[in-house]
Amino acid sequence: MLEIRNLQAKAGDKLILRGIDLTVRAGEVHALMGPNGSGKSTLAQVLAGRELYEVVGGEVLFEGRNLLELSPEERAREGIFLAFQYPVEIPGVSNLYFLRAALNAVRKHRGLEELDVMDFAGLVRERLRLLGMNEALLERSVNEGFSGGEKKRNEILQMAVLAPRLAILDETDSGLDIDALKAVAAGINAMRSPERAMILVTHYQRLLEYVAPDFVHVMAEGRIVRSGGKELALELERQGYAWLEEEAAPAQAG
Amino acid sequence: MSTATDQIQAWTEQEYKYGFETPIESDAVPPGLNEDIIRLISARKGEPEFLLQWRLRAYRHWLTLKEPTWANLKYPPIDYQSIVYYSAPKSLKDRPRSLQEVDPELIRTYEKLGVPLAEQERLAGVAVDAVFDSVSVATTFKEKLAELGIIFCSFSEAVREHPELVERYLGSVVPYTDNFFAALNSAVFSDGSFCYVPKGVRCPMELSTYFRINARDTGQFERTLIIAEPGSYVSYLEGCTAPIRDSNQLHAAVVELIAHDEAEIKYSTVQNWYPGDRQGRGGIYNFVTKRGKCLGRNSKISWTQLETGSAITWKYPSCLLIGDGSVGEFYSVAVTNNYQQADTGTKMIHIGRNTRSTIVSKGISAGHGQNSYRGMVKIQKSAEGARNFSQCDSLLLGNRCGAHTFPYLEVKNPTAQVEHEASVSRVGEEQIFYCRQRGLTSEDAVSMIVSGFTRQVIRELPMEFAVEAQKLLAVSLEGSVG
Repeated sequence: MLEIRNLQAKAGDKLILRGIDLTVRAGEVHALMGPNGSGKSTLAQVLAGRELYEVVGGEVLFEGRNLLELSPEERAREGIFLAFQYPVEIPGVSNLYFLRAALNAVRKHRGLEELDVMDFAGLVRERLRLLGMNEALLERSVNEGFSGGEKKRNEILQMAVLAPRLAILDETDSGLDIDALKAVAAGINAMRSPERAMILVTHYQRLLEYVAPDFVHVMAEGRIVRSGGKELALELERQGYAWLEEEAAPAQAG
Repeated sequence: MSTATDQIQAWTEQEYKYGFETPIESDAVPPGLNEDIIRLISARKGEPEFLLQWRLRAYRHWLTLKEPTWANLKYPPIDYQSIVYYSAPKSLKDRPRSLQEVDPELIRTYEKLGVPLAEQERLAGVAVDAVFDSVSVATTFKEKLAELGIIFCSFSEAVREHPELVERYLGSVVPYTDNFFAALNSAVFSDGSFCYVPKGVRCPMELSTYFRINARDTGQFERTLIIAEPGSYVSYLEGCTAPIRDSNQLHAAVVELIAHDEAEIKYSTVQNWYPGDRQGRGGIYNFVTKRGKCLGRNSKISWTQLETGSAITWKYPSCLLIGDGSVGEFYSVAVTNNYQQADTGTKMIHIGRNTRSTIVSKGISAGHGQNSYRGMVKIQKSAEGARNFSQCDSLLLGNRCGAHTFPYLEVKNPTAQVEHEASVSRVGEEQIFYCRQRGLTSEDAVSMIVSGFTRQVIRELPMEFAVEAQKLLAVSLEGSVG
């Protein structure tokens, strides 16, 4: 589904991604871990098409197509979803309206009929039940005045409504108390399917206690320095990230 | 970052759609202003003596005044002697008796503007008075309204048919001594709308006036007078457009509202005068005095305005809250882009006991636009238990525009409660990227952010016009991002 080859990207003059290689197949869940500043969030943003970053090398294929030539909205409509680390507030625009506009943009792109208010309300209620979320959230303005936990859950709701092919969750677990973490994890698990792939960007192993990844990758200094199964996450939990930086240093020299 | 800026720029650079000119012969007076011109205007309109004398007093007073300079506006001096103060379509010289007699060219002009004057095609529930340059060309649904005792006609007709009402109320809210532009208007006003709603009558349809400036070098000076007798209700809306021209044109209107006991007037404006081009050439200078008098107990006056046009907007729709328990409201969205400037706001003067006022102002600046909110809340000693809530929010699109807030507060009664909130925000690359990541185009994103920002005000507009207003705000967005 997703094929990343030697991807390099910079922000301003600073090279942040220094050659990423990663293959993600349908149905797989990949955890992307690493210390702060290792480039995890940058990779997520570059995949979503954020123009703050300039791709300076390598390629990314999504379903066999060159992803890098698509605009952010085209990527979204093709089925790439990014759950933001810091979801943005849009005052005065109701969550329900925003979600319907987003879903209809995706449906239109796929040649499907746009959903009217009634049909859409039905769909959203069903997803809310699935996630055990409160309907009151829908009438409020997008993320405005939401608590940290509500914002993250709202991202999961958007994912559930848009039903993407590839979901990239950028530190969706950060800043959550244990109940909110469990709710978010339940939402992610409910969305797992053989047709869908997920990349979980996370700093801690905590989320992975509730969502079992198929693969774990560790990033440092803009590269993936280790890949393995979920036992790698446990190893990181025991040892921290310090050893990685030592490992990454020679690689950087070479 | 640059892309977000480009998107915002593209969004704000949509073309003005109403810039055409109607080739129609007009009957105008020579440019310039003196007592002879005023006598000429008054004679053309066959006015009674009291009105001519009132105009002349206003003119003589105007001569003693200086153009105000306190507003946060920059423009070259206006040459008042180069303006044509009266222009009417020639075909109206012998006044048409009915819509069928109105020049088809004029009817087509209004159709192009989306204002069909044929009654059967009219939006259900809206009566229209159409003002072209200096005169009213048609008023629809007059008979139907007359059955209820409601008078809705052009100002000139009111002068002819109901001189006692005009004499009693004209200048009773905005005297000609009020300010420079009000004095000028009082001297030379040519037409406008008049509305009278009798006791206990709830006007069953929206009343609306559509103002159009067409002739070159002409100023438009209209006057609107609305009187709501005890227990009555009326909702009134005005819309404005003008052709695209390189030179600036002056528009100086006066609106007076009077609400008696338990009466309510809802006054809405969608102002889309030609704003000038991207370099700031041309556009209407809009200097307007609007004021309502809540004369009666528990009366209510509500101003809602959407100001998207004009090169310069100088406008402060205000309320004099005289009756005990009376209510004043001001909801405003003012948009300035390219080189547009707006200095707009309101005055809420609390005089009666337990009077209440609400101010919600939303300024949107883009391009090199400068947007100022200027508002005064004055609680007089007599206004026991008065309350005011003010909220002023500014939204910046891009980084070359400006937003300014000038709130004035004067409280002379210790029982008053006054609240003021203000905020400034900028539409950022982050917000736009978030929307794009959900599949929306950047045009849709900006338009959604703007519509969310203005929702509190737009929902106060009559339903028939809210959609129109949304469209005007979000205008088409076609061909923006490459």
